Amino acid sequence: MADEKIRFEAVSKRYGSLTVLDQLDLSIGAGEVVSIIGPSGSGKTTVLRCLMTLEPVDDGVIWIDGIPLNKELRSGALIEASPAHLRRMRTKLGMVFQNFNLFPHMTILQNCSEPPVYALGAKPTEARSRAVDLLKMVGMESKQDHYPAQLSGGQQQRAAIARTLAMQPEILVFDEPTSALDPETIGEVTEVIRALATKHSYTMLLVTHQIDFARDISDRICFFDKGRIVEQGPPDAVIDSPKETRTQQFLRKVAKAR
Amino acid sequence: MDWRWDFTFETVIPRILPGLWVTVEVTVLSFFLALFLGLFLMLAKRSKISFLAFLAAEFIEFMRGMPLVVVIFFLFFVLPMAGIYLPPIWTGVLAMGVYNSAPAAEILRGGLQAVPKGQWEAAYVLNYPPHQAFRRIILPQAVGPVIPGLGNLLILAFKETPLLSFVAIPEMLDTAKRIASETYRFTEPLTVVGVLFLILSLVSAVFIKIVERHMIPEMRHGR
Amino acid sequence: MTPRPTAMLIPIAFLGGLYFAVFSNVASFLPALLNGLTVTIQVAIPSAILAYAISVAAGLGRLSRNAAVRLMSGAYVEIFRGVSLLVILFWLFFVLPEFGLTLSPYVAALLGISLNAGAYGAEIIRGAVQAVPRGQYEACVTLNMPGWRKYSRIILPQALIIAVPALTNMTIELLKGTALVSAVTLVDVTAAGVRQNQLTYRTIEIFSVLALIYFCLSQVVRFAGALLETGFNRHLRTGRS
Repeated sequence: MADEKIRFEAVSKRYGSLTVLDQLDLSIGAGEVVSIIGPSGSGKTTVLRCLMTLEPVDDGVIWIDGIPLNKELRSGALIEASPAHLRRMRTKLGMVFQNFNLFPHMTILQNCSEPPVYALGAKPTEARSRAVDLLKMVGMESKQDHYPAQLSGGQQQRAAIARTLAMQPEILVFDEPTSALDPETIGEVTEVIRALATKHSYTMLLVTHQIDFARDISDRICFFDKGRIVEQGPPDAVIDSPKETRTQQFLRKVAKAR
Repeated sequence: MDWRWDFTFETVIPRILPGLWVTVEVTVLSFFLALFLGLFLMLAKRSKISFLAFLAAEFIEFMRGMPLVVVIFFLFFVLPMAGIYLPPIWTGVLAMGVYNSAPAAEILRGGLQAVPKGQWEAAYVLNYPPHQAFRRIILPQAVGPVIPGLGNLLILAFKETPLLSFVAIPEMLDTAKRIASETYRFTEPLTVVGVLFLILSLVSAVFIKIVERHMIPEMRHGR
Repeated sequence: MTPRPTAMLIPIAFLGGLYFAVFSNVASFLPALLNGLTVTIQVAIPSAILAYAISVAAGLGRLSRNAAVRLMSGAYVEIFRGVSLLVILFWLFFVLPEFGLTLSPYVAALLGISLNAGAYGAEIIRGAVQAVPRGQYEACVTLNMPGWRKYSRIILPQALIIAVPALTNMTIELLKGTALVSAVTLVDVTAAGVRQNQLTYRTIEIFSVLALIYFCLSQVVRFAGALLETGFNRHLRTGRS
């Protein structure tokens, strides 16, 4: 494995009395593509939300490139991270949401060209030409002047991916990117993600319900249950010959549903 | 019944029309005052300082249970006691502005809440500084949902102006009452005022529908 | 359970009220104010009941398949929403006699307030009926329910649940509307307050008491509305536990 990019170190997250993440340890190498699968309510999405600093963690430290994310080093001690530190760290991270969360009052092109201007201080002309390139890459160049509500779910999600890439992150996080899509548009989105996984050097962390897709593109699969990683390893090992009974049960249920 | 058209056209309408102007003036001025005060109330209610939020919430609830006449009378009697002498019409504007600030605050708050949480999250993840996220992402989306509510509030304010006749501000109803007391004819003045209110409310309702439709055309496509 | 601030406020307010009523000058104007309050309540409760009846009738009327009924309900709603309550009250009391119909002050107040509130209520009921999911209508059709039974057993009960919060607000507006009945010569609590103010010049005390009275009345309405809402909703809550 290459250099370590992300490390969760004994990370816990609780909502009241409910423990969503239980002493999670997880290490992801640079350029590695990791998929998280598991039953709903198992804490998969919470992993991503903690990594994106959308949710504060209760215990433990998340490291990115050897720098603590949710903590800050001040005179030799780790203290709670300041908003400024979080902002600095988030420039390395990009997230694709289940519900796209495109800005409905902006065209697709504005969605992709405005954030770099307002959040990174990029020049408007440069941001615009980059946005055009990225929309071309996801096959949305003909729709660039449309508003999100005029597009299908698949098209919106491809635009959302372009918007995420426009921020030039090193780590891409996908939260069930195809769950809100009509079946016939899932393919166009998975194609885009597959291209990102194979042709680029992004470090990627996915939560998905599509087991076949996860097997195709991932270097590693983590099976999550009750806030813990029950089993992880290469896709073939975890999906075709799972060792843990809970993994077997889950995969059997998913296979039946298909 | 005897209805006199000559009286209606020669006495009533010419005298009531200036009253209409006062009505419109008070409506518009008090509406903007309500909007301005409502904005602060809304911000206070959303504030992280819990005491401030509590005060704002209680004030809104208190105001919403209070008849406008009580507010009008109160200001009319109390302001002079406090040594503040305003022309009656300004006191009227102040009373209606304060009274309508509570619903205005609720409408504005509703507009912000109508913006899905995911939009805040997307702006956050895309590293927008908080004030930019509010200005560029949240605010533009809150404007649309707010317009129908504010439009209704404007029409409501318009229909509340007759209450100012209680303190003899020369709006339409007050003028009608004066004509009635001079000529002992109630039918024509009161009917004209009623019809004028009806026409103006209907026209402004249509106008607000048009504004609503033209404000955010792009977002109306699709779902 | 953590103590709620209201639980503490009630005894304090009660004791404070007793002290205030006996030892301050409130005693000079309070009897008149309470007489006015009686009038306010006597107007408010019957007009609220009347307004609900009108709301349902006119609200369903606007959705009727009969064009004449639809037109009439629509005209009623637009007229009584478009004209201010005060103008309506004046008109009922001073102009209607010209047409040979003389109303007593009380009846004029009752009619004016309930017709005005009913116009708003009709729109609430109409919106609520339309908010009942289409599937419910379709289910009624597939179950072969007769039309009237469909409304009385399936659609209206669901619509009323949806309408409760808005009807609560309408009732509070109606309550505030009763402050205008001095236009038809009734002496309600507001009119009594204004009159006492002219007699005693205890402006701050009188209006504070007046404001508190209206606050209490509107809180009672709100509480009743919240009670109805939780009562109606107890079977509708989704999710476990």
